[in-house]
Amino acid sequence: MSTLAQHDPVAATGAVDHALVARRSRTWGWWFVAEHRIRAMRSYVASWVAISVGSPFLFLLGLGLGLGLLVDANQGAEGVDGVPYLVFIAPALAMATAMQTAAQENTYGVFGGFKWFPMFFAMHGTPIGPAHIVVGFQVSVLVRVLLPLVAFSAVMAAFGIGTPLGAALLLPIGLLLGTAVGFAVMAWVSTQTEDRGQLSFVERFVVVPLTLFSGTYFPLETLPWFLHWIGWISPLWHAAELGRAALYGAELDPAMALVHVGYLVVLAALACWLSIRTFRRRLDK
Amino acid sequence: MPAPVIEATGLTKRYGEFTAVDGIDFAIEPGEAFGFLGPNGAGKSTTMRMIAATSTRTSGALRVLGFDPAEHGPEIRAQLGIVPQADQLDEELRVIDNLIVYGRYFGLPLPYVKRRAEELLEFAQLTEKRKARVDGLSGGMKRRLTIARGLINAPKAMLLDEPTTGLDPQARHVLWDRLFRLKEEGTTLVLTTHYMDEAEQLCDRLVVVDKGTIVAEGSPASLIRQYSTREVLEVRFGSARNAAAAEAIEGIGQRIEVLPDRVLVYDDDGEAAMSAVHERGLSPITSLVRRSSLEDVFLRLTGRSLID
Repeated sequence: MSTLAQHDPVAATGAVDHALVARRSRTWGWWFVAEHRIRAMRSYVASWVAISVGSPFLFLLGLGLGLGLLVDANQGAEGVDGVPYLVFIAPALAMATAMQTAAQENTYGVFGGFKWFPMFFAMHGTPIGPAHIVVGFQVSVLVRVLLPLVAFSAVMAAFGIGTPLGAALLLPIGLLLGTAVGFAVMAWVSTQTEDRGQLSFVERFVVVPLTLFSGTYFPLETLPWFLHWIGWISPLWHAAELGRAALYGAELDPAMALVHVGYLVVLAALACWLSIRTFRRRLDK
Repeated sequence: MPAPVIEATGLTKRYGEFTAVDGIDFAIEPGEAFGFLGPNGAGKSTTMRMIAATSTRTSGALRVLGFDPAEHGPEIRAQLGIVPQADQLDEELRVIDNLIVYGRYFGLPLPYVKRRAEELLEFAQLTEKRKARVDGLSGGMKRRLTIARGLINAPKAMLLDEPTTGLDPQARHVLWDRLFRLKEEGTTLVLTTHYMDEAEQLCDRLVVVDKGTIVAEGSPASLIRQYSTREVLEVRFGSARNAAAAEAIEGIGQRIEVLPDRVLVYDDDGEAAMSAVHERGLSPITSLVRRSSLEDVFLRLTGRSLID
């Protein structure tokens, strides 16, 4: 250990300005949390990219070409919502993927952060506060949500599904949906302290039903009227409606557009607030 | 006299009806190695969390590095190195990356953090493992990595919650050596432990805590002087006969404690006590004279052993 004298960790004490550290963390703490999680993604980046890029291809090819041929043959020139079936479902599929990714990351990531690998407690041992952890976590989830969205948009642009500008507009819409769903799932999962199998409810009883009943594969109006409420409360439906208007100019009242955006923004803000409250309570032991 | 690094008066933490920390007072001086010695559930970890501003106190006064934890958590934690009881390492990351991400939480620039991480790996004797994944490390290595992580921000004080619990003797000695080095460099160390040998090795001063209250305070040597004799004679007569034998040796030494497996005779001269036992015609199965330890202090103060 002859090198200790010149490498001594404690000898460098003067080099860290602790007041500056606290100020930086109070402002940028959320980004440091996101940075940590993005760095952690590097260990499985290959499989992550393969899934993110591969699944849009599979979905669009499978549903568009397979089911699409059948539907289009049935509907004739009228199509679905005035367009071929593939164009109709493409934006909703992109949104459904954004929702699934955000929900999944927030289910196991949030529960695990308290329980399996209690990283939230480790983060809280630094100047970072609970609100930064909540927001930073969601920012890192948006990175995961963004990749499949980019893949969807690229595939749509490449195959001439809708307009290229419309395909690009799916990105901000998808991110807004990811934020709303992400915080909503986080708000619930963060209240769960024991894993009794209820975590899979998010996937089975929320994500899947919403995907099936939110006008993803068919217009919401096709459902009987007493099931329409599922669409109205479903963040996926609001995002899909926005996506369709963006991609192929589906008819959308400006007031309705505002309602769609407003719903997602309010859901995100409310769930974010609830999440921070729960994190604050659980991290203050 | 410089201002204390940490000062508490009437510090209390209640969880509903349960009082985990019951109005304790202590002051920790700069550069001191200060210990909280007590059994599990004594309120040691809760006290540590209140110092780190990760647990809000119920009542009492607390100042840490010039700040009130109730309002200035980030300012306090910016100056602290925290080694929690569970390592809380990111097992998905490599060893070096655990240090880097943690350093970033303090807003330290990446080039600085990278340089410092390499230095700390050397300090923690983990340089060869820098690219290893954390889940493959031994318990002792993880513990050293957690200590290195706690040093990334050049803290003014380190909070170590049970630093060597669960480690084998060799790993504990390596860790003690590292902590001792920090102490020599003038870092204030605050640690909790239920190992008396650890407290004796590392602490300049300690408080003995039991059921949320401080029952004694002082240096290990002064506590032993005050609450115990210089030596202890341990005699075993077999678990069925210890109590009867204790009655027979009544009056030998200054004090006698009967434990389920042995009888402790407290006397400044252990050998003389041993002779006295033999003179009464008793022949224990085994006997041993040793110096008094903090375990004896704890036994005297609470009537119980440290490790149940």
